[in-house]
Amino acid sequence: MSGRRLVVVGASLAGLRAVEAARKSGFDGSVVLIGAEPHLPYDRPPLSKAFLDGADLPAFRTEEVLRDELGVRLALGAPATALDTAARVVRAGEREFGYDALVIATGAAARTLPGTGGLTGVHTLRTRDDALAVRSALDDGARTVVVGAGFIGSEVASAARKRGLDVTIVEALPTPLVRAVGAAMGRACAALHARNGTTLRCGTGVAAVEGDGRVERVRLTDGTVLPADLVVAGIGAVPATGWLAGAGLPLDDGVVCDETLFTGVPGVYAAGDVARWHNPAFGRPMRLEHWTSAAEQGAVAARNALDPANAKPYSTVPYFWSDWYDSRIQFVGVPAAEEVRVVDGDPGGHRFVALYREGDRLAGALTLNGQPQIMKYRALIMRGASWADGLEFADRRRAALKTA
Amino acid sequence: MKIIVDRSACTGLGICESLAPNCFEVDDAGDLILLTETVSEEDLEGVRQAIEGCPTEALRLES
Ligand SMILES: Cc1cc2nc3c(=O)[nH]c(=O)nc-3n(C[C@H](O)[C@H](O)[C@H](O)COP(=O)(O)OP(=O)(O)OC[C@H]3O[C@@H](n4cnc5c(N)ncnc54)[C@H](O)[C@@H]3O)c2cc1C
Ligand code: SF4
Repeated sequence: MSGRRLVVVGASLAGLRAVEAARKSGFDGSVVLIGAEPHLPYDRPPLSKAFLDGADLPAFRTEEVLRDELGVRLALGAPATALDTAARVVRAGEREFGYDALVIATGAAARTLPGTGGLTGVHTLRTRDDALAVRSALDDGARTVVVGAGFIGSEVASAARKRGLDVTIVEALPTPLVRAVGAAMGRACAALHARNGTTLRCGTGVAAVEGDGRVERVRLTDGTVLPADLVVAGIGAVPATGWLAGAGLPLDDGVVCDETLFTGVPGVYAAGDVARWHNPAFGRPMRLEHWTSAAEQGAVAARNALDPANAKPYSTVPYFWSDWYDSRIQFVGVPAAEEVRVVDGDPGGHRFVALYREGDRLAGALTLNGQPQIMKYRALIMRGASWADGLEFADRRRAALKTA
Repeated sequence: MKIIVDRSACTGLGICESLAPNCFEVDDAGDLILLTETVSEEDLEGVRQAIEGCPTEALRLES
């Protein structure tokens, strides 16, 4: 295989797992890892969790390990700007990187609040630099307004409350997290905010973020004015495909791939938050923004790109977690369900398990502080369990816990 | 092959349990228990996937 060239664009979780998997599979050609950020690959989930509380954030691997042990040429600090699939070249400004196999792992970029360009104290939370800025504002005791009651916004609010700071979350929708977990469970998760002293205002938008050079207040569409020193926008992310304009790849809210993460253009595969691939476990296309699938797809995409004749599908039951206050929310499967049933605990309380039905299939499970249960449901969903199987399993668990 | 868990890294997310349920289980306190220390031939692939899937890189195999 020597003499062949693997190029990976995007030096984060999926990109790192791609270069590691390439070497693990015995690939001994050249490997280039191109990243827009100046940093070595680092982990994002801690950015809205422990890092905001003051913890360190080490890189996944040291430069020595990447360069010497893995033989990776690093091209960090400048984004790829164009892809020429006919010449098989990735451009980053003036530089050119030829490839035989290419993995696109450029992830997603945070959506920004319109009209806040010139104001300091207004941030998104996607990168290490974002998190540093938010953390230092919290260190200064900022009055905090979070826009968007999704997972990242809710984690930022938790971090602010942990320090005893005043924090308000503004959410445009009447119920938060509807797309992620459905309306009823979105309400149940949102209840954690009130219980922990965070003000949550749903069904109202942001009319303007105002200040003289630095943010001073947020004006809401219902006329309310919230004083603020720090505004964090947690209003979602968009797949980073701008650099692929004109490359001839299929783009539709992400890079469209088949079940092997292949884009249909020879040699080109995609992985992680940027990829919309066909997930055989549910027979439908999906684009996830979850740690586990990004890590796994990175490895699969590299192996498949290097050995397309033996390409393997990537099939998964989606999984994510989120830590709010002293609680952990975990979700497996898909939330687009016809019925959601609480099978254990109390959705108004500290612990519950809810199951999601699609047709007669068990499609998903959500737990609040249900670490012992959640993965048992993931295994059931992976096996294609029916709704009845899921309910019966829940009954058995409950009975076993009562007698234990 | 033996499974080694770095207890200071593991946060009980349980991905390992879903990939290799014969070897890992998160208990009612939210802590990871190893159901077996030595991995059988049959469970090896699942354990390898668990090592790759663990978000805190808390797992490894030792021969
Ligand atoms: C604050 C935060 C908290 C999170 N918490 C959780 C959690 O609790 N649980 C969970 O399951 N998931 C969580 N996630 C999601 C998880 O981190 C992502 O799914 C994962 O990082 C995706 O990895 P990726 O490599 O596909 O993309 P990314 O991590 O987005 O990395 C893409 C990289 O590509 C670079 N890039 C972009 N464009 C270019 C270009 N043109 N050229 C070169 N490089 C480029 C970017 O700079 C970036 O470094 C969280 C994410 C964030 C931001
Ligand atoms: S996957 Fe990792 S963090 Fe999660 S329980 Fe297993 S060892 Fe611990």
